[in-house]
Amino acid sequence: MEQSIALSKSAALQEPRIIRYLLTFIALAFLAFFIVLPLVSIFVTAFQKGVEVYFAAITHPDALAAIKLTLIVVAIAVPLNAIFGVMAAWALTKFNFKGKNLLLTIVDLPFAVSPVIAGLIFILLFGSQGLFGDWLFAHDIKIVFALPGIVLATIFVTLPFVARELIPLMQTQGTSEEEASISLGASGFKTFWYVTLPNIKWGLFYGLILCNARAIGEFGAVSVVSGHIRGMTNTMPLHIEILYNEYQFSAAFAVASLMSVMAILTLIIKDIIAWKSKSV
Amino acid sequence: MSNVSLPKKARRIIPGFHLSLGYTMLYVSLLVLLPLSMIFIHTMSLSWTEFIAIITDPRAVASYKVSFGTALVAGIINAIFGTIIAWVLVRYQFPFKRIIDGLVDLPFALPTAVAGIALTSLYAPNGWIGQFFEFKIAFSPLGIIIALTFIGLPFVVRTVQPVLQNISAEVEEASASLGANRLQTFRKILLPELAPAILTGFSLAFARALGEYGSVVFIAGNMPMKTEITPLIIMTKLEQYDYTGATAIAVVMLVTSFVLLFIINFIQWLTNRRFVH
Repeated sequence: MEQSIALSKSAALQEPRIIRYLLTFIALAFLAFFIVLPLVSIFVTAFQKGVEVYFAAITHPDALAAIKLTLIVVAIAVPLNAIFGVMAAWALTKFNFKGKNLLLTIVDLPFAVSPVIAGLIFILLFGSQGLFGDWLFAHDIKIVFALPGIVLATIFVTLPFVARELIPLMQTQGTSEEEASISLGASGFKTFWYVTLPNIKWGLFYGLILCNARAIGEFGAVSVVSGHIRGMTNTMPLHIEILYNEYQFSAAFAVASLMSVMAILTLIIKDIIAWKSKSV
Repeated sequence: MSNVSLPKKARRIIPGFHLSLGYTMLYVSLLVLLPLSMIFIHTMSLSWTEFIAIITDPRAVASYKVSFGTALVAGIINAIFGTIIAWVLVRYQFPFKRIIDGLVDLPFALPTAVAGIALTSLYAPNGWIGQFFEFKIAFSPLGIIIALTFIGLPFVVRTVQPVLQNISAEVEEASASLGANRLQTFRKILLPELAPAILTGFSLAFARALGEYGSVVFIAGNMPMKTEITPLIIMTKLEQYDYTGATAIAVVMLVTSFVLLFIINFIQWLTNRRFVH
């Protein structure tokens, strides 16, 4: 008797088995077509012409130059945005001031801007016809079509990532622990280092990972400001584009497979962080 | 009652207000506001009629239709399938669930250019999938929709998933014990709870799709009037050193994005208000 009640209850709270299987099938089929198949095709195409062609493609001087440039850009842009993210989160969550919501919106703004426009704005500032164009030319400083332009565009595109991760986290954590630390005589920096940072480390790491992935892969914005000079201002995604447009598909997919490995690593690290921060 | 807000003075004992706020303001001013304002300053050099002529040029208008239409269709596909995926991930058990859950974020982690060439080679007429279709998928608006669906998928799944997780079982039990069947419970109880999240996810995916460039340029074929998206118009004008024309089109895109951002924030504000009594 009791069992039948339990059964009827579960029938009322769960979909019929056919519906359950059907929904699961639809979801998995969709993910297979849109996520798994593209991922598999990258690696298959990369190795289509053999391992030698693959390694020739990823050790080509232009490819190595592109990898090096990408790493340099990431090494500058990501730490700058991380420091900014911590500063912005501190200001926005530990204090109350007028215009807080406006500042929050401004921090989020780069997410609402098309990557192409993110590149365009730096051309308008520093290009030959730009606001500072004549001055830069007179002083022989190159920003656009050179490393600084690529770094600036990347910083713009990835600016909100760390801040966005930290703000909601620090909002829920409140200010009481910091207040306790300060009133016990710790300095502001000590309080941040020993009280706040341990509390936000996983959120910070999470933001860094997302910021890093986007910085490595940014294409539209960097494409506008780079000038596509081979071996000089080509990042990895731009190098892939050039190879692809020259019908060197195996080489293009070889470099793409390197970036896919980075993407998969990003997902794995993300998952570990999410799991760690939950178990703490 | 433990959440009594502290008096104003107590809050100020935390140091670093001027430093952190000053640094934040300086950083966003130099890297966001100044560069973005260039779009509007540069457009000022155009007269109103010139500006209107550029942004209503038939090729530009055709690109708005392509961008808007494909982003809308991709957004709707994501709203439907994203919700199903979120539902299945939260409610059902199946093998490799954790890996599959993690894979949903791939479009966030995979560089757009990589996604672009992978999808293009899959859906090209001789590709793994394209060969089974008599009509063109890549190099047609259909290809653009596929790329934008890929890019937008995590937005819907990741906004719907937490809301679905937080719906307490009691609500559904109450509905069932009052005699509602499963479909009624879903339509009358669950869907209204999920609707704001689905709408937010849709808007985020739609906004992202409007500006997307990397994944689309490869698969679109980029034929003027047919498969040319608005960001590509800006790119083409830049390559011809037509900075003013590019900027005028950028104004149209920026204004559209800001309106969308406003709508998204408004939905979220409405939703938050519903839960805070």
